[in-house]
Amino acid sequence: MTNKSNAINLEFNVMKDDFSRAGEASSKIKKILTQLGIVSSVTRRVAIATYEAEMNIAIHSLGGKIEVTINPNEIIIIAVDNGPGIEDVKLAMQEGYSTATNKIRELGFGAGMGLPNMKKCSDEFDIVSKKGKGTKVFMRISLDSKPV
Amino acid sequence: MKLATVKEILNAEVVTGEQYLNNEVKSAFGCDLMSDVLAFIKEETVLLTGLANPQVIRTAEMIDVYAIVFVRGKRPSRQIVEMAEQRNITLMTTDYILYTACGKLYEKGLRGVNVKGDVVDD
Repeated sequence: MTNKSNAINLEFNVMKDDFSRAGEASSKIKKILTQLGIVSSVTRRVAIATYEAEMNIAIHSLGGKIEVTINPNEIIIIAVDNGPGIEDVKLAMQEGYSTATNKIRELGFGAGMGLPNMKKCSDEFDIVSKKGKGTKVFMRISLDSKPV
Repeated sequence: MKLATVKEILNAEVVTGEQYLNNEVKSAFGCDLMSDVLAFIKEETVLLTGLANPQVIRTAEMIDVYAIVFVRGKRPSRQIVEMAEQRNITLMTTDYILYTACGKLYEKGLRGVNVKGDVVDD
């Protein structure tokens, strides 16, 4: 954890296919926000957004990381992975669209709601993906945003 | 509805969190899709699910769900029970299937969440 000019920066690595640990990063992030006294409706948005992002990285990517910056007026979440990239981002954003395997569905995920859930929790959402490179998701959650 | 009443109606066995049975839930949600659990639960809700893996506990933690009932006689592993203990979550298991378990709670007045996450009276 680093603290520069009133901002707190957190960074967590997320491993591919490590489903017994997937969720640990989001759990830590939620604890820190609670300790900082962030309003619970905002903590809830961040918890859902980071957890869906963390599961996405574990399920679909070769591994990646989640960076969270807590500013006095907003929280920035950046989820970035090392590939393989999303073929059709527009399709991936559609509720119900999923490329997850049956193994993932047995975990209770892969219903095609991850990215839409992340977008719903964000005041600003952006996703950039390059085939063969990786995917980067940007989410901004304002500290005065309403409950979702 | 008190968790103790939920336990009684479902003829459930408490796996962990016996000390929280006086806590109240306002609604119930029956689901095996964790993204939907994240999207729709907004308040003090008991989650009924047939999934018994660590992701269920993680999901509950993210949205402050403190009561989970495993249906169809599913038994959580030691790892899952420990995760729940650390997070003050009550776990129960019932032999009823999801449909029957939900029906029994509904019949006794515990309502479901709607797709906007508010409690629906009917």
